[in-house]
Amino acid sequence: MDLLNISSTALYTAFILYLIATFFFGATIKDKQTDNNKKGFSGKIAITLTIIGFLAQLVYFTTRWISSGHAPVSNMFEFLTFLGMALVFAFIILYAYYKLSFLGLFALPISMIIIAYASMFPTDISPLVPSLQSHWLYIHVTTVALGQGILGISFVVGLMYLIKEIDQTVKSKETTWLEIVMYILFVFIGFIVITTSFNLMNYNATFEYGPGNRTVTTDYHLPAIAAPTNSTLVTEDVMQPWFETPEWFQGEDAGRKFNTLIWSVITGTIIYLITRLILRKRVGATLQHLLKNIKADLLDEIEYRSVAIGFPVFTLGGLIFAAIWAEIAWGRFWGWDPKEVWAFVTWLFYAAYLHLRLSRGWHGKKSAWLAVIGFGIIMFNLIVVNLVLAGLHSYA
Amino acid sequence: MKQVKCECGHVNPLGTVLCESCGKPIEENQHIDGNEGKKLLNMRYDGTARRSKTYNKSIVDRIWSFFSSVKVGVWLIVLALIASMIGTIFPQEMYIPADAPNRDPAVFYESQYGVLGLIFYQLGLHNLYSSWWYMLLIALIGVSLVICSLDRFIPLFRALRHQNPKKHQSFLSRQRLYSETESSTDDELNMVKKQLKIRRYNIKETEGYLLAEKGRFSRWGPYVNHIGLIIILIAAILRTTPLFFMNEYVWVREGEIEVLPGSNGEYYVENKDFIFETHDENDERFKEALSKEGMVASNYQTDVVVYKADRSIPGEEPELEPIVEDSIQMNKPLSFEGYELIQSWYQLNEFSSMTFKIHETSDADEKSLGSFTVDLRNPQPEFELDNGFKVVLDQYYPDYYLDDNGIPASETNFPRNPAFVFSIYSEGNDKPEVSFVGIGRNIDGTGENNYKLGIQEFEMHDVSGLTFKYDRSLPFFGIGAAIFMIGVIQGMYWQHRRIWIHKRKDGSLVMAAHTNKNWFGLKKDIEVVTQNTNIKMVEDQQELDEKDK
Repeated sequence: MDLLNISSTALYTAFILYLIATFFFGATIKDKQTDNNKKGFSGKIAITLTIIGFLAQLVYFTTRWISSGHAPVSNMFEFLTFLGMALVFAFIILYAYYKLSFLGLFALPISMIIIAYASMFPTDISPLVPSLQSHWLYIHVTTVALGQGILGISFVVGLMYLIKEIDQTVKSKETTWLEIVMYILFVFIGFIVITTSFNLMNYNATFEYGPGNRTVTTDYHLPAIAAPTNSTLVTEDVMQPWFETPEWFQGEDAGRKFNTLIWSVITGTIIYLITRLILRKRVGATLQHLLKNIKADLLDEIEYRSVAIGFPVFTLGGLIFAAIWAEIAWGRFWGWDPKEVWAFVTWLFYAAYLHLRLSRGWHGKKSAWLAVIGFGIIMFNLIVVNLVLAGLHSYA
Repeated sequence: MKQVKCECGHVNPLGTVLCESCGKPIEENQHIDGNEGKKLLNMRYDGTARRSKTYNKSIVDRIWSFFSSVKVGVWLIVLALIASMIGTIFPQEMYIPADAPNRDPAVFYESQYGVLGLIFYQLGLHNLYSSWWYMLLIALIGVSLVICSLDRFIPLFRALRHQNPKKHQSFLSRQRLYSETESSTDDELNMVKKQLKIRRYNIKETEGYLLAEKGRFSRWGPYVNHIGLIIILIAAILRTTPLFFMNEYVWVREGEIEVLPGSNGEYYVENKDFIFETHDENDERFKEALSKEGMVASNYQTDVVVYKADRSIPGEEPELEPIVEDSIQMNKPLSFEGYELIQSWYQLNEFSSMTFKIHETSDADEKSLGSFTVDLRNPQPEFELDNGFKVVLDQYYPDYYLDDNGIPASETNFPRNPAFVFSIYSEGNDKPEVSFVGIGRNIDGTGENNYKLGIQEFEMHDVSGLTFKYDRSLPFFGIGAAIFMIGVIQGMYWQHRRIWIHKRKDGSLVMAAHTNKNWFGLKKDIEVVTQNTNIKMVEDQQELDEKDK
């Protein structure tokens, strides 16, 4: 077996281990918190599995590095899997300190969604373009991912806080917004489900379109609802597109990505509705049950601390290292490229968060909402900026 | 200056909330930190007197209070955040794609994005980040940083430097972590002290009062990182002056020497060779990806010689003395004498010159009657041939294409796809024949021409686009960023923990504790130090507080 096979097997193993670990973390609910210091048996198994899973992912990372000759953080697949790994790493560290099993029950699924989402992007090892050929590639990208992973924990904990604290007995603005967040997570799951299904069927539809005087082709692996702007369908015997992607979608292959988004929303909505039908109550209300035994104060504190720890790491990687590299590669350390602007927006947002925590009245729910929104901004920079806004940073 | 005297005898500056010495709340000032009706004291700034909360008579006072408010600071951050987001809705002017049909912003935004694009352009959002109001916003954040920091740092520094372990009961009982133990022994207290020392607490004692403190320096973190930010803002101002920053671009053809713009004619650069390389398609590792993505570049490189001009005789052509010979690659800029050359753009396969021959239209062998060479960058208007023919260059399209109306035009000024309209005057004839010639094109103006032109040979070259610059503000940005990082790490990764213990004469003991973050860690500390004693674990009064609500 060659290195690349070992690498993808290791990633797969890690994913499965995280999945099993999640169930064991789930089982700790039954342990009931009789004594804080006495850890249940399932809790021990769960954290052990998580650590083995993390090690497996490290194997994926190193073997892929060796076989490609560069740090595997150079495209969307590689970056997102690394982000998932950073999230698990941050969780393990926090677990060592706070010994909070419930955190795993929520952090691991989020990490798994990220890794599965990553696997939907091309996983081939691709060579580096000249602008990426620098040691700063892995210095910058790994630091950013680590920072975002730690900030991701604040999202997870903030979400847990909201699930626990929001009164689910009556419908309110808060329950609605919480359901919207849950629904967005379902859209990600929808994306994974629909992409995997059509990939298994080997679905393919090719379009031709011409920006300027050139002609470009693009392969759809999902039936085309939205075709690329000004395109013609080449493949026969496949579904005709319903409409064309609006022109203002910028970025490479915007049509195909937009089409994928539509499919994800449709699939996610269906899965969400089925879930609601089975549960017969809000998803948030169902999950609230799991968090009965946990102290809200502690969640609030972990959320704040993970922002406090993640913020300097993100600043270092996302702004300072980024600027140093931009200075070397492009001769300007800051250029107001959309990706840079959104890194700055993220930074300003968490700066505002940290300042708001100084005043009374911004702890608890308000602060938890901010942690959720903050991670939303990070995800926006990762996904929407590449899909719609495009810029120099088009690789990931 | 007016002062407030506490019952412990300490004289506090006006506006003090908690006595600097004993911590007893000063009755009339409780509203300042919002302590009224609350069980817990606001310990954010240790109840010190802040200028912003004390004086608000003069205009200076009001401005000071305005900018020192965290609320105002957060609002400024939020406004900057929203403004920054808005600027990414459509591309900024400098990022209008090179292949856009019309790059003029007055046309581009409306034609690409419709009414919203037009509004974006008319509001000036296409240059948002250099607009006066965006800069003003950033400057206001800077002002707020300075005032906020001074307003808090100075009193806090004073208060924390002269801490008195002897605290008033009303100070202790209104801390978040608090416990009362009915009886305790001296041995127990000594054990606690020993444990505290092991955990690296500094201990100060007077008259049965004890203060254990650790990580005070983390309180200065915010002020340190604000200093870093201010240095960065100052560096940004410096960078706008030519003394600190210069940035020019130059296109150099292979084999040519160009003066470096912005160097006052002091430096010249020669492009010896431009190298464009791609990844090997047969490389096992990348085979799969390359077959999908097609060619991927692996190297952009210009081999250059930099010359320094020696102008010993004014007005004469300078003598060029080579000072550096090196290769510039992406991610490997060339530095010399405080300047930098950066590989920024390239243009492959431009035509440098084309040589044409004239032959009779009817001649199947196309025997040359005479030839001439057009320098494509600087074409001569007329060519006199040896055989007495005269050729006039009527039109020249360096980068020929047919525009939307079917009229020949040039897409760029670079000779990538040259085309020409020539008038040929045969010997002794003053009525010209008109020909249109380009690559793969040879059109006869009338269809009755006796003579025809053919491309005999051509020369090509690559062009390299280099950025030539210096940026002397970089060290300041570096120092600012480093100080900022030190500040945030200092403030975020350490915490200021304080534990107050008061052992009364009757053996009862009071313990209170405060930290600026990580209460969980502080509680763990206290749990450990009170182990094996009868001293009661502190209770978290904030939790109780919330339950009461």
